[in-house]
Amino acid sequence: MIYPASDLSLPIALAVAFFLLLGAALALIGAIGFLRLPTFYERLHAPALGTSWGIGGIMLASMIYFTAASSSLVVHEILIGTFVTFTTPITFMLLARAALHRDRTARSHGVPRKYPIGPEERPRKDDDPQAS
Amino acid sequence: MLPYPILTVSLILMWLLLSGFTLGQLVMGSLVAVFASWAMASLRPDKPKLKKWWLLPKLFFIVLFDIILSNIAVAMLIIRGRKKGRKAGFLTIPLELKDRTALALLAVILTSTPGSVWLEYDSYDGSILMHVLDLEEEEQWVATIKNRYEKLLMEIFA
Amino acid sequence: MSAVIIYTAVAIAQFMLVVAMAIAAVRMFRGPRAQDRIIGLDTIYINAMLLLVTFGIGTGRMIYFEAASVIGLLGFVSTVALAKFLMRGEVIE
Repeated sequence: MIYPASDLSLPIALAVAFFLLLGAALALIGAIGFLRLPTFYERLHAPALGTSWGIGGIMLASMIYFTAASSSLVVHEILIGTFVTFTTPITFMLLARAALHRDRTARSHGVPRKYPIGPEERPRKDDDPQAS
Repeated sequence: MLPYPILTVSLILMWLLLSGFTLGQLVMGSLVAVFASWAMASLRPDKPKLKKWWLLPKLFFIVLFDIILSNIAVAMLIIRGRKKGRKAGFLTIPLELKDRTALALLAVILTSTPGSVWLEYDSYDGSILMHVLDLEEEEQWVATIKNRYEKLLMEIFA
Repeated sequence: MSAVIIYTAVAIAQFMLVVAMAIAAVRMFRGPRAQDRIIGLDTIYINAMLLLVTFGIGTGRMIYFEAASVIGLLGFVSTVALAKFLMRGEVIE
């Protein structure tokens, strides 16, 4: 099934173009920031631009286009959108924790050591279920 | 019968979105979703205690708005460069939130907002370590997170 | 008229996404550390997914959506596995 773009009305075409360009521009800005920012922890923030409204914009454009072109409600792009918004934080958190772990074991400067003492030397609370 | 109703409903919705809204797909999707939620129940994860679930849409719109604002802020920072005197930095925030689901939700919110990344949670003293791209004043960030998200999350997951 | 607008927008968006992928690839090759390379790979995955969705709009076929969702799933799994490997030196403990 091919839904051509020629039988769309002008406002819908403008809306599709706007959201498409917004999403692509945010993804590009995120990539540029990813290249330019100096340290790893700062670079971690830049791709979040592409994964929040970069994806949101392009998915909105796709939803508007296919809903208008096939004249029935097409919303399955929401699936990718929610999936990506819930999974990219997980990957970023895991990577950030891996980087923290590596920086701490390498004893590099500028990374906070959270505990003055190791976790196993802390006073044990008896009512704490997680401190087994 | 249905141990996780929200999971079941969202699985049925996902099935219908992927394969089209027809009666046959509804039956098929419901079968799959019910068996999947039984499988989930046999894994016995912590059950989230949603007390005031009607506040969830409010949280959703607050987060959506904040993501738009911080998208603009981070994009401006990347294009124009950093303002004088601002720098990125680590931030430790003490939290009163204890519920695991609420903490996971807060982590997803903070990390999916550009400009702030959740690094780790210390269950010993209940504090989190964050990295912030534009650290203007520490107190302001702490106050924003505590007033804007933590209060609402503590109300929802009481 | 509307077809011209949409095709121009799709072409510009595809160009921007390809440039973004190239930039992420530069960061992936330059490093300096393993975690930078992994985020570069993740950014390439996400941008490839967006590129497929824009292809779908440009050609008017919904089939690209399925390819995009598969790429999104694979990107998540591979990035998590790589991050786990960085943290512990093993994927499955």
